[in-house]
Amino acid sequence: MGYTPEMLELIKRVEKSRPERIERAKKGEHFTPLTLAGREEVLGKFHPDYKKEGRRAVKVGPSKGESYPDEFVDLLESKSRLLVDDAALQDLVAYETDVLVIGGGGAGTSAALLAAEHGAKVVLATKLRHGDANTVMAEGGIQGATQEVDSPYFHYLDVIGGGHFTNTPELVEALTHDAPLVIEWLERLGMMFDKNADGRLRVRHGGGTSRKRMHSAGDMTGSEIMRVLRDEARNRQDMITILEFSAAVEILKDTQGRCAGALFYNMETEEYFAIRAKATVVATGGYGRLHVQGFATTNHYGATADGLVIGYRAGVPLAFMHSTQYHPTGVAFPEQNIGLLITEKVRGLGANLLNINGEQFVFEREPRDVESACIIQECLDRNKGIITPTGRIGVWLDSPMIEVLEGPGAVKQELPAKYIQFMRYDIDISKVPMLVYPTLHYQNGGLQINNLTETGVPGLFGAGEASGGVHGENRLMGNSLLDITVFGRRAGRSAAEYVKGLENQSSTLTMDHVRQFHAELQAAGVETNRVSPLVLPNYTREETMEKQLTTHYQGGMR
Amino acid sequence: MSEGQKEFKIATGDRAILPEGTRLVPIYIMGKRYMVPETLTIQKATEYAGYQFIRACGCRGGICGACGTVYRILGDYHLHFGLACQTVVQENMYLTQVPFFPANRAVYNIEETSATAESIMKLYPEVMKCVACNTCTKACPMDIEVMEYVNAAMRGDLAKVARLSFDCIQCGLCSSRCPAQIQHFHLAQMCRRLYARYKVPQAEHLQNRVGEINEHKYDTLLLDLVGSDHDTLRKLYVDREMEPQDSVGWEPQDKTKL
Ligand SMILES: Cc1cc2nc3c(=O)[nH]c(=O)nc-3n(C[C@H](O)[C@H](O)[C@H](O)COP(=O)(O)OP(=O)(O)OC[C@H]3O[C@@H](n4cnc5c(N)ncnc54)[C@H](O)[C@@H]3O)c2cc1C
Ligand code: SF4
Ligand code: SF4
Ligand code: FES
Repeated sequence: MGYTPEMLELIKRVEKSRPERIERAKKGEHFTPLTLAGREEVLGKFHPDYKKEGRRAVKVGPSKGESYPDEFVDLLESKSRLLVDDAALQDLVAYETDVLVIGGGGAGTSAALLAAEHGAKVVLATKLRHGDANTVMAEGGIQGATQEVDSPYFHYLDVIGGGHFTNTPELVEALTHDAPLVIEWLERLGMMFDKNADGRLRVRHGGGTSRKRMHSAGDMTGSEIMRVLRDEARNRQDMITILEFSAAVEILKDTQGRCAGALFYNMETEEYFAIRAKATVVATGGYGRLHVQGFATTNHYGATADGLVIGYRAGVPLAFMHSTQYHPTGVAFPEQNIGLLITEKVRGLGANLLNINGEQFVFEREPRDVESACIIQECLDRNKGIITPTGRIGVWLDSPMIEVLEGPGAVKQELPAKYIQFMRYDIDISKVPMLVYPTLHYQNGGLQINNLTETGVPGLFGAGEASGGVHGENRLMGNSLLDITVFGRRAGRSAAEYVKGLENQSSTLTMDHVRQFHAELQAAGVETNRVSPLVLPNYTREETMEKQLTTHYQGGMR
Repeated sequence: MSEGQKEFKIATGDRAILPEGTRLVPIYIMGKRYMVPETLTIQKATEYAGYQFIRACGCRGGICGACGTVYRILGDYHLHFGLACQTVVQENMYLTQVPFFPANRAVYNIEETSATAESIMKLYPEVMKCVACNTCTKACPMDIEVMEYVNAAMRGDLAKVARLSFDCIQCGLCSSRCPAQIQHFHLAQMCRRLYARYKVPQAEHLQNRVGEINEHKYDTLLLDLVGSDHDTLRKLYVDREMEPQDSVGWEPQDKTKL
């Protein structure tokens, strides 16, 4: 393994230009940052969020007229996977519960725990294994104003400034107010935070923070949160039933227009079944696996926007879905690690970005979106990217510079997880550069909610990456793990309270809203065979798909 | 790989484009032979072969534990273990994935369970049956000293269990192999939680802050921000005091908002 001979040949150009670059770095000189006008120009031409191509206005639904990536609009402008008439729907009911939680990541599991704590019986249904989610992948940390020199006030300012002042204020208030409360909750549940001997929580800065408030558990913060929450949910099996490999494919309503549960697909037996619930929480996470404009992603296998699609059909508007976070440095080689995140820290420690000729083309500490756009420009417009044996394109991130600037051993010490990850494939990043390209990282927007996580459809709540507004157009690192625990908990509590207040509970299930949506599609002239939600991405080769000739049951076989 | 790369088709999403001349090697997925590119991981090679995963695929990045895999190489008796998303295929690999392994899990109430050897003995008595064969350690794709943490658990040394098992992704491969039928990863999870809850001092400053929040100390400060217009917020944002990177014992000048 390791780099191919051709790539090693190209790396010689990087090595050749390195001494001079190091000299300059030592003198504190760097590549000239772009002017504001320069930034705008490159963003407009190359950043997927800004350039016109690849986006279009959605023709139907509560956010009609808003412009989103084509891949996402395709899913919104699709038909239901299954439309059942009302009489038959009652027969599909397999579970009845107080609160249904859709999605088994950090937001969903927090919601389940709090709903149970407030006396509700819960069914948590999730598409993959409980915990197979973006939450386990988060390495960096979780924010919260827990230190004496900090307060929710400063956290608020950082969040809203970071979001270019576009964030929904009441959501930012909830986020920063509850932050210390959830850190304390996690501590009490037995999460292994990084601490000093006296118990003081260790904190660091993150991009855009005015006080140090990033809490961590090694470089596995999300994984540790997920493990602890999942373990606690399993301890509450008296109140919480977990259904795995069950994908929600439609929201169900009752004849009074309230959310009354959801329709599910058993991914293994291919049966459909319904869960009738008095309240429902959508916590299905993000949409990285839509691979907007072909981008690789840091997201897990199930990040396909299902909850957004079914929530939208049920009448919930979307907030901030025009905005997506691309991380400038995702792995472009080796193929095994495609799309995985390489932390900002590498550039922070002084590593340059270089084209095929070993030349610098961008200042390393531009804002994330500008940095991404410049890399895309260098590769696709100027044709100065490096092409890999598996058809990827990328630029060099010169990590060996760190060994010179920070001293021998610095790479291994400062970036232990990355070092090991590459060493698995015989690439020693303290000696050779990494190949990187922007990667689809985070869905800034989602279902519109208020600070109680209500969506506007009675009985339907939303939390976590599937909801939008709290981060505005830009999320700061460490605020998403916070978002999912704060709003996950609020959703669980709100749903349980809502259930308590319900009168005349039983009423007929219906999919009328889906029928109306179909009619709207037709009226808008959208002719399509597409069905959604996507449920899973399809990575089957085209050659194979061409021969998968049966799509319906024929005889005894599918 | 020349500079005239204009017409080169760029790979998108998670589907690789294979260059001409890529070597294909035979692998056996549950005994069935497929020719796959030699550079792919087991996970991607399985997709290349035409499978669509439902189980055995989660993060695709080595951290969720969904894709534990056991394999042999044709003609060699050694049994190997790995994560399908992290292990590159080899010629004549015989593999199957173990996306689920039944493991008994003890239900406990963390509020009422002490961080002691007694709790472990009561909830996971089988831990005493370890025969020190070290098979669990050899099976672990995360290179965890599994047997060592089992031994520490026997002695009630929760700190050591917590430290040694911290990287566990709960793939279950260790428990699939243990002759003493121990369910290592559930045991370790409980130990880590009990350790963090009862053996590590809880953060005093956090308790204080929670008290302040519950006494509504920040409610009006936050409400003022919620009600502020764009220009006011921008000014407050730009003027906010920044804690230095390498500060020790730093204090802000303005303490009115703390
Ligand atoms: C590599 C990486 C690093 C990150 N680092 C950080 C960090 O350091 N700090 C930080 O704050 N944030 C970080 N983030 C962001 C953060 O981890 C996520 O935004 C957050 O965990 C999302 O949590 P969630 O519960 O909303 O969604 P998820 O954790 O993604 O959970 C969604 C769940 O819903 C399930 N689901 C999906 N569709 C359906 C359906 N149709 N039916 C049933 N279930 C369904 C999924 O299978 C999954 O279990 C990172 C993200 C990634 C990918
Ligand atoms: S300790 Fe066991 S469950 Fe945990 S990672 Fe290792 S083999 Fe998997
Ligand atoms: S495999 Fe089981 S018996 Fe063998 S060392 Fe590990 S815990 Fe002990
Ligand atoms: S898919 Fe998550 S560890 Fe392999």
